[in-house]
Amino acid sequence: MITFLRRRIVSSAIPLVFVVLGVFVLARLTGDPVNLYLPLSATEEQRAEFAAAHGFDQSILAQLWDYLGQVVRLDFGESLRTGQPAGEMVLTAFPATLQLAAVTMLIAIVGAVLIGSLAAYRPNSLADRVASFLSMTAASIPDFWFAIMGVLVFGVSLDLLPTSGVDGGAEVWVLPIATLLIRPFGVLVQVVRGAMVGALSAPYVKVARSKGASEKRVVFGHALRNATMPALTVAGDLTIGLVNGAVVVETIFGWPGIGKLMIDSILQRDFAVLQAAVLLTAVTIFVLNIVIDICYALIDARVRQPVAA
Amino acid sequence: MTATVKKEAAAEPAVKRRRHTWWQLLGKDRFAAVAAVVLGLVVLTAVLGPWLIGDRAVRQDLRASLQPPSFDHGFFGLLGTDVLGRSVLARLVEAAGTTLSVAVPAVLCSLVIGSAIGMWAGYHGGWRESLAMRVADVILSFPSLLLAVVVLYVFAPSAANIVLILAFARIPIYLRTARAESAELRTRLFVDAARTFGTKSWPTIYRHLLPIVLPTLLTVATLDFCFVMLSESSLSFLGIGIQPPDVSWGLMVAQGRQYLQTAWWIAVLPGVAIVLTTVSATILAAWARLAGDPAQRWRLTAAKRRRGAVAGVTA
Repeated sequence: MITFLRRRIVSSAIPLVFVVLGVFVLARLTGDPVNLYLPLSATEEQRAEFAAAHGFDQSILAQLWDYLGQVVRLDFGESLRTGQPAGEMVLTAFPATLQLAAVTMLIAIVGAVLIGSLAAYRPNSLADRVASFLSMTAASIPDFWFAIMGVLVFGVSLDLLPTSGVDGGAEVWVLPIATLLIRPFGVLVQVVRGAMVGALSAPYVKVARSKGASEKRVVFGHALRNATMPALTVAGDLTIGLVNGAVVVETIFGWPGIGKLMIDSILQRDFAVLQAAVLLTAVTIFVLNIVIDICYALIDARVRQPVAA
Repeated sequence: MTATVKKEAAAEPAVKRRRHTWWQLLGKDRFAAVAAVVLGLVVLTAVLGPWLIGDRAVRQDLRASLQPPSFDHGFFGLLGTDVLGRSVLARLVEAAGTTLSVAVPAVLCSLVIGSAIGMWAGYHGGWRESLAMRVADVILSFPSLLLAVVVLYVFAPSAANIVLILAFARIPIYLRTARAESAELRTRLFVDAARTFGTKSWPTIYRHLLPIVLPTLLTVATLDFCFVMLSESSLSFLGIGIQPPDVSWGLMVAQGRQYLQTAWWIAVLPGVAIVLTTVSATILAAWARLAGDPAQRWRLTAAKRRRGAVAGVTA
């Protein structure tokens, strides 16, 4: 178990290292990073002063060393827009996104397991075909358009739900979560269904039935446990993809999370904040990958065994 | 010589009776047939559209601003006009071209590069396989939009850059599929035979692996077309994709968003176009998965005979 985890942590850390280095390289790829940080109207003296102050006149290795030191200390400089420390801004915005993502994935997983199992229980039945068609559609709807339709119908025409913001009770959550939910939900229903169809026709299900186990126990006790692995793999990928959705949803609904912060920083060319936000997202994904690996190991004993090379 | 020709001619009807042609298989699944027609129309619109509409996608007419869809304003007023009086229909047609000219090259690039590396890695195994898989893991563990956001920050958001980013982000999908299938084929007798006769690795991959792996890869590509299209629309919607005066469906939704209360059609219609295209691609991919798999193909023919069921949907 420990060996397994250590190996997974090392391999999950590789992308993280790439992101940290990638941000550094990208910031310098455009030639002069001074142009990236300073507004176009800056004078020559200001540019030279800025370059000296931030060490851009030193060698590239010295710059890399400084940069790594800053990353470790969470010191990303100040935002050009607000003058606040970038790291602080990102950490303030982070919980809002985390809440949104956690609630969405919870609903998606529970819902997809129920509906996917129901569809797989009688393949080719009416319920199966309806579930399959709807999940396929849900996975191909552009989320930003779905959000706008939600605003149009429930916010403008029916005036039932608020169209943006986080102030208020449960109703402010409905549209953002529904928007974030459709794609992962549609994909997961299909995956759970496929895995369950396979599992329900396996010999051990026949054995369980002939022992006299109840149908509920057969479906959720025996079949589902074995169908969890493929679903978990996809759920992990979808959670990473949730970052994509979060950017869109937070922009549309004015949700003060890290996705909105990222887009705002891009549109206003605030590199310090963008850099901090990208790195924090990468760290979150790193942690997430390890959590998923631990889940694997808990569910499936085979994963815990060190693989003989 | 003539004998062989005769023999082939004699063999042909037998082959036809045994297996269905692609057209017949498509006809067995009504959903997939409709999806194929929709996709065909979109491609046709994208190719011929610009020639048919002329400059109507950019021609402004402020007197005809924000006209709702109606039959009163001729063909190009059918779907209403936007705030500058430009025909929404003409803009939809123009945008179809932009959207496809981003999605198709991106899918093709990632398909070719990803499959080539994947088959190479799967065929050789060993360190090449580990290296390729590790690189794929690195790319996949990073949200594509985040990558796009960073790259488009540094470089200007242009159609070519978007194609490059999307192609790069989707390479692992093909790489993984191609590697898995080739690794399994590597140990088969016909590959062994080719190797024994001294065939070099690339000819072996091209002649013996590719024909078997290709159907799966094309299915994945059809499904991925959806993803790439949605990514491009999202980027354009967020303002870091296609830039005005060019127009794409995602950008049209963004432009129509501020007129949502007064002129719903500007934002709603491009979304409908996206949904129609992506759902069609998904359905077609599901059908292709069935039709391309000899062990599953009976579902298409049998379902029709039983009750005319939509086999594609139950894939």
